[in-house]
Formats: sequence, C-alpha cells, structure tokens
Amino acid sequence: MDLLTPQEWSAVVLSLRVSFWATLVSLPVGVFVAYALARWTFPGKQLLNGLVHLPLILPPVVTGYLLLLTFGTRGTIGATLQEVGIVLAFRWTGAALAAAVMAFPLMVRAIRLSIEAVDPKLEEAAGTLGASRVWAFATVTLPLALPGVIAGAVLAFAKAMGEFGATITFVSNIPGETQTLPTAIYAFLQVPGGEASAWRLVVISIAVAMTALLVSEVVARRVARWVAGT
Amino acid sequence: MTLSVRLRHTLPGFALDVAFDAPAGITVLFGRSGSGKTTIVNAVAGLVTPREGRIAVDDEVLLDTSVGIRLPPHRRRLGYVFQEGRLFPHLTVRQNLLYGRNFAPSRAPEAEIDRVVEMLGIGHLLPRRPATLSGGEKQRVAIGRALLASPSLILADEPLAALDDARKSEILPYFERLRDEGSVPILYVSHSAAEVARLATTVVALENGRIARQGPAVDVLGDPSVMPLGVRAVGAMLEAVVVAHHDDGLSELDAGGARLFLPRVPHPPGERLRVRIAAQEVMISRDAPTGLSALNVLAGTVETIRSGEGPGAIVAVATPAGRVLARVTKRSVAALELAEGVACHAIVKSVAIAPEDIG
Repeated sequence: MDLLTPQEWSAVVLSLRVSFWATLVSLPVGVFVAYALARWTFPGKQLLNGLVHLPLILPPVVTGYLLLLTFGTRGTIGATLQEVGIVLAFRWTGAALAAAVMAFPLMVRAIRLSIEAVDPKLEEAAGTLGASRVWAFATVTLPLALPGVIAGAVLAFAKAMGEFGATITFVSNIPGETQTLPTAIYAFLQVPGGEASAWRLVVISIAVAMTALLVSEVVARRVARWVAGT
Repeated sequence: MTLSVRLRHTLPGFALDVAFDAPAGITVLFGRSGSGKTTIVNAVAGLVTPREGRIAVDDEVLLDTSVGIRLPPHRRRLGYVFQEGRLFPHLTVRQNLLYGRNFAPSRAPEAEIDRVVEMLGIGHLLPRRPATLSGGEKQRVAIGRALLASPSLILADEPLAALDDARKSEILPYFERLRDEGSVPILYVSHSAAEVARLATTVVALENGRIARQGPAVDVLGDPSVMPLGVRAVGAMLEAVVVAHHDDGLSELDAGGARLFLPRVPHPPGERLRVRIAAQEVMISRDAPTGLSALNVLAGTVETIRSGEGPGAIVAVATPAGRVLARVTKRSVAALELAEGVACHAIVKSVAIAPEDIG
C-alpha cells in the first residue's frame, strides 16, 4: 500500500484488531452486567454500578496506571497470568484490555437501557411456558434488546479505536506492538516532519468512526423494525 | 385432576388467607378488584411467593412452604393466559404458539397443533407478527400458546378484560369448549358477573383476601350471602339473535328457537348478542301461563334445585334458549312440586332486563 507507510499501516491494523477483540470479549460480560443492573437487586449493586462507571470519570491515565499495577508482570493478577503464559503489559493484548475497560461503561449503559425497555412481564410469560431464566433471557430478552446491544457494541468499538490515555500508560507506545491510531498520531506529532503522517491517520480515524456510526445506525434501525414486527 | 390451594400472604395493607380446591372445569375466582384474585393466580404460577402455603395439582406439589418446596414457574407445567396477552413481539404467531412446546416434557404432536389452531380459527394468522393482530386475535393466539405448552393446569387472569364486547363474545366460546372437553383444571379470574354466569363450573367468591363463599356455580350464585359481592347480577346467560324491532319500543329476539321480547336494543336485525337475566327476576310456572303480562315465557325442564339456609332456593331450568336460573322461595318449590326433570315455564318481564345486561 503506497498511501501509507508501513508504520502508519501497522497502527491502523493494530487499532482495528485491538478494538475488535476488546469489543468481542467484553460484550458477553457487558450484557451480563447490564442485565444484572437492570433486573436484579443484590447487595453491592451500587458498588458494581460505580465500578463499571469509574473509567468514565477517572482520568484515563489513572485507569492505565491501575491496570499496570494489577495486570503488570509484577501485579497481583498479572503475575499469576504470567505463570500460565499470558502477558498483557506492553503487548497488544494489554492495549485491548485497556480499550475494553475504558469502553465498558458506554457499552453497559446502552445495553442496560435497552434491557430495561423490555417488559419483564414477557420474561414471566416465557417462564410460565416452561422456559428457565437463562432460556427466557436468550429467547425473549436478548432478541428484544438486540438494537441496544448492537448500539452498545458499536459505541464500545468506536471508543476503543480512540482510546489513548489508559493505553499509553499501561502498554506504552511501541510501534508494531502497542502503537494504535491515537498513540501513533501523538508520536508523529512529537517528531519534526511527522504532520503528514499524522494527518493521514487523522483522516482514517474520522473515516472509521463515521463508518462505524453509520453502519450501526442502519443495522440498529433494521433490527428494531424486525423486532417490532411491523 | 384437581388443583388444591392453601395460601397466606401479606402485602402492605392487605392480608390474603384462602383455601380451596379447583376440580376439572373452570373455577372462577370472583370478586372486586383488590380482593386478591390476581395474587392467588400469580402464587399458583410461581410469580409470587406467598409467606405460607401449599399448592398442588393432584399429587404434584408446586409449593409447600412447610417443607421448603418451591418449584420455579418454568417447572410447574402451566398455561397462563394473561390479561394483556403478552405475546412475544419478535416472534411470528406460529413461533409464539410453539414456544412452550419446546420445553414441554411430552411434546404436543403435530395433530394437536392443527387441532388447536383450527379450534381457535387462527390458521390464517400463523405467519404474522403480534403487532399486526387485533385484540381478539391476540387473545386467541395467547390461549393457543398456553394450550400447546401441554399444561396440567390453565390459568387465566381476566383474559377478556381488555377487549370490547364483540371481541369478548368471540373468545368466550373457546373457554366454554375448554371447560367442556378438558380434564385440566382452569383457574379463571374475573370480576364480570357475565363471565362467571357463563363459564363457571365452580365459583370461589373473594372478599378482602378471604373466601366469602365457594362451591359449584349454581350453589354459590344462588346464595344470598354472596350478593354483597356483586353476584346479585348473576343469572342466566342466553345467546340470542335480533329478529326485528317493533313499533311499540320492543325488540324481538330469537334464542335457540324461543322468542324473547326486550326493551329496544341498538343492534341491527341478524346480529347475535347475549342477554343476562338475574335469577330474582325469573318466575316459575308449571303450566303454560295465560292472562299474564310478562312477555317472555321459556318452556323447559328443571335441571337442579338448590336450597340455601334462608327461605330462598335457586331453580335451574333447562330451556331451548339455554339454562335459566330462577330465585324462588322454598315454599313455591314445594307448592309446585318442583323436582329435577319436571316440565315447567320460566317467566321474565321484559322490563326486568336491564340495558347493561344486554350486549
């Protein structure tokens, strides 16, 4: 590809890969947490709600530092993971973790709203017809909440594409390994003559974000129409 | 099969304490709103857990708080017809109907699906989504969905309350058919005297969370003690077709071959409607009456006679128009030598039929 230098190209590919995996892996967790917050009452619910939303309010650099402390090679969880061969710090997988954590509140908010909009009486009806809680969720709640789930996923993907502070703090800015679009732009702006590269990546960022939003809009509208059955 | 229910439950400002048996047929939980009807049905369904109680269908215990048994709703093998239908909007009518079948321990065979679809007249709706159905169609699908879950118990919480009168008379026959053909107990919540009169095999009359009276429908509906609960309005329910409107302000109706004359009804000739006749407005004569001002005379035979504790008795007369209940005194029963199988005439004054009883 002549339009982009190898370094720019790798940043684009890495960003897409990081965001894809961050979204895919956190989606089931996000759906579960959103369901728990929407439907259940349990001790510590407000605490969970606070924890989920914390990355939205904290300075990203603080989130990144906390990730480094926890998932770094000497961190409590990181050390254990290292023993089974999983290293997150200064790897692209770590970038995905940082992106997932930062995007999680947005994802959960969107999904929670759509689950709350599903009439719990329909779940009751499914129960009286023989569906267990899990089945009722899978066959009634989830399909009806699907537009919100899609919106949440796209929002998370877009947020992951743009994540900067936590990523650079947790996994640094290593070209080819952890240098994503935003950190690459930042890096190019630090060196003389890097503006051209920065600009190309800026244009790509905008294009990716706009495409994601448009696609999600169209898909969500189609799904909503399908769900409503009119 | 018989459903037996014993419950104690407290809600803010309300205490429920009931015990009753629901045999095969339709057991109507009857009472004003707030009397605890829906709470009972939801406890049977497992959607509400009572503080104390035992619920069983024959030997199968659904709930027994004394030994800590509490089956979740999905293991109770129910068919619950909700007031608002609660069809799944993202599924087609066909998928809605088959939803419970996937979970039933013994799957309903294809022939059973066809039978239910045909009985409810919903074959042409199968590929459609609930959003495009009328209220009456939705409710018929909801009934079908409950039936195809192969339930050992059917619950219905005011399934007709959200429908207009035309739609009600569209759905009522299906419940009658279920009652007449089924061995499955049906627990049916209603505060409509019309529905009770027409559907109930057994009536459980509720008042402020307690049972005021329970027993076979003819017994309970003829019991003076139940009257404060609004059962006074209960009586015979006749299906009739408007024949003509006369110049003297009366409408002529045909009820199973018998003629009925009522104060002018708004329905056009040929339209089918229901007429409810309160038991205390009906007289009984052994001979065909002559020289009588009452216009409506229905020939028939005595079906049952129930005597209460007071001076009154309820005589159920089978006529070509349907069953008519008459509230008469025990003295009259004796004087007329009324007994089961005796031929007699039920007499109703036209003006005794209130406008709100027609429709």
